[in-house]
Amino acid sequence: MARASDRKVASGFRKDPVLQQKSPKTPASGHDKLMIGQSSAGIWLAHAILILGVVIVAFPIYYTFVASTHSLQTILRPPLPLLPGPEFWTNYSQALTGGGTRIGGVGVVTLLVNTTVMALGIAIGKIVISILSAYAIVFFRFPFRMTFFWVIFITLMLPVEVRILPTYKVMVDLGLIDTYAGLIVPLIASATATLLFRQFFMTIPGELVEAARVDGAGPWRFFFDILLPLSRTNIAALFVILFIYGWTQYLWPLLVTNSNDMNTIVIALRKMISFADADTQWHLVMVTSILAIIPPIVVVVAMQRWFVKGLVESEK
Amino acid sequence: MATVDLNDVRKVYAGGFEAVKGVSIAIPDKALCVLVGPSGCGKSTLLRMIAGLETISSGTISIDGKVVNNIGPTDRDIAMVFQNYALYPHMSVYDNMAYGLRNRGTPKPEIDSRVRATAKTLELDQLLDRKPRQLSGGQRQRVAMGRAIVRNPKVFLFDEPLSNLDAKLRGQMRVEIKNLQRNLGVTSVYVTHDQLEAMTLADMLVVMNAGVIEQIGAPMDVYEKPASTFVAAFIGAPPMNLMALTHGADGTATVAGGAKIAGHVPEQAAILGLRPEDAIVPAPDATQKGALSLPVAVEAVEPVGMESFLHCAIAGERIVVRVPGRSMVQPGDRLEIAAGLDRLHFFDKDGRRV
Repeated sequence: MARASDRKVASGFRKDPVLQQKSPKTPASGHDKLMIGQSSAGIWLAHAILILGVVIVAFPIYYTFVASTHSLQTILRPPLPLLPGPEFWTNYSQALTGGGTRIGGVGVVTLLVNTTVMALGIAIGKIVISILSAYAIVFFRFPFRMTFFWVIFITLMLPVEVRILPTYKVMVDLGLIDTYAGLIVPLIASATATLLFRQFFMTIPGELVEAARVDGAGPWRFFFDILLPLSRTNIAALFVILFIYGWTQYLWPLLVTNSNDMNTIVIALRKMISFADADTQWHLVMVTSILAIIPPIVVVVAMQRWFVKGLVESEK
Repeated sequence: MATVDLNDVRKVYAGGFEAVKGVSIAIPDKALCVLVGPSGCGKSTLLRMIAGLETISSGTISIDGKVVNNIGPTDRDIAMVFQNYALYPHMSVYDNMAYGLRNRGTPKPEIDSRVRATAKTLELDQLLDRKPRQLSGGQRQRVAMGRAIVRNPKVFLFDEPLSNLDAKLRGQMRVEIKNLQRNLGVTSVYVTHDQLEAMTLADMLVVMNAGVIEQIGAPMDVYEKPASTFVAAFIGAPPMNLMALTHGADGTATVAGGAKIAGHVPEQAAILGLRPEDAIVPAPDATQKGALSLPVAVEAVEPVGMESFLHCAIAGERIVVRVPGRSMVQPGDRLEIAAGLDRLHFFDKDGRRV
């Protein structure tokens, strides 16, 4: 995280953006070198602000981690230590192997799998549907093209919360309660993503489409050989956003899952805390929280390289 | 190796706008036909109709004797070079050139040998692994050409391919295109708005205006005998001088300022045309005057280097005169300019040549 912010400062103070564009793979140390001789006061100030920001964002997470390595007794005795405790292995193995009796006998692994399936399903499903509908709207001339576009556009005004009752009814009638399909499908249509792809597709020059036609590429070929590779940075960016959107869903999974087996990790966390007639196992809650944070972080970190690539490469 | 025949081709857009109003051209095998005209004259639309990228409202287009009206661009066996090159940005030079062949199911070894051979002719063989963004404008242009050549099509279509290059490179690529086209012997249709490009490249020049053909011919024929005032003004830089012509009761024809034309002038002639280089500035003591002699006032002098252009005025008409080399004439000078009868062009009141 610190390294990423360093890089940002460096590029902000750099005088030759062209050079930077040409060397996307320059390691952070290269940027540090270029900062020598520049106004030090400004850099100190920028760093101070950035560090403050990082502390504000990261400290609660760190504290959660610290709490996850102490025993329940330590956590409940007021001043919580600022350094990790000795119970790391005990707590984590308990959470992972079935200490989760408190959430209906479902291990954290099952919950993570459920949530991963849901988040991936939503992210991939949304991308597939929106990229295809944007493709149709931008590159094909068919009757009521603009009508379809506006219908998609209008659904922006209908988030899940607004249509929750009819959607729930439909899911019940289809027998999709407590299924992955029930978790994923209602959240899968996305006007936002469609609009995003539409805007991107509109920037693709008509000549490119025509060149592909002359080169013998039909609609599918054009889509897979040209459009998809050109959209990959957009897809990566959307994937990150949508994966996290799916991962943090609360209201819909709460409604559509009854069985503990189908819970997502966010629901399970809530259930762990709200158990009324027993003590909340705070150390396990903290462990579960940390485990719940890891997959989104992995996705962001893994995809960050694509972001940088997307920013550096100006294709088209 | 094919002929391209256009027979009364029309293009009417959905809004009712008629972009191409009945065009017939017969392009012989191996010829380079240049469509030239101002923007909006329908030349690009016509090219795109030949390519199959626009539908044909009426009339027929045939390639190699076969009507292609209802055949898609893929199956017309044409290759097109676009104004902005339209290279696939995410593909290497090699893949850009190979893409069309791959889509047609050409065997891999053949693709490889054809791409490499084409790259060699175009001096692209060192650049095959580069992406388009790593290439200069001229190199991208070459790749776009290579992509067309490698397919070995019946017809090449060029849509203003040089308009994005700087002047020097444009001159160089012009020669290259001409040589390449001649060596490959592929029938080509080339669209441009640049009359210099049109003159130098064409075997067959088609001047278009507002959706109709003004004139078809060899470039020099078009230059020397423009069929209309439009062609006269469009081909040649600076353009031909055009002046109103009046017929007197005694059968003599006069132009602005009352200068008489010595010699036979056709009855219907209403406009006189004179190319800047055909107007001579005779020595003051010359006894031999041309058929036309005009006393003009010089308003501006433009030295270009090997020649100078004198912008002159006479009785409200403006005339540009070309003089070789450096001119001693100053703005404000008065001159007598002359032209021989065989250098004069006459047009009727509708602008048609007589």
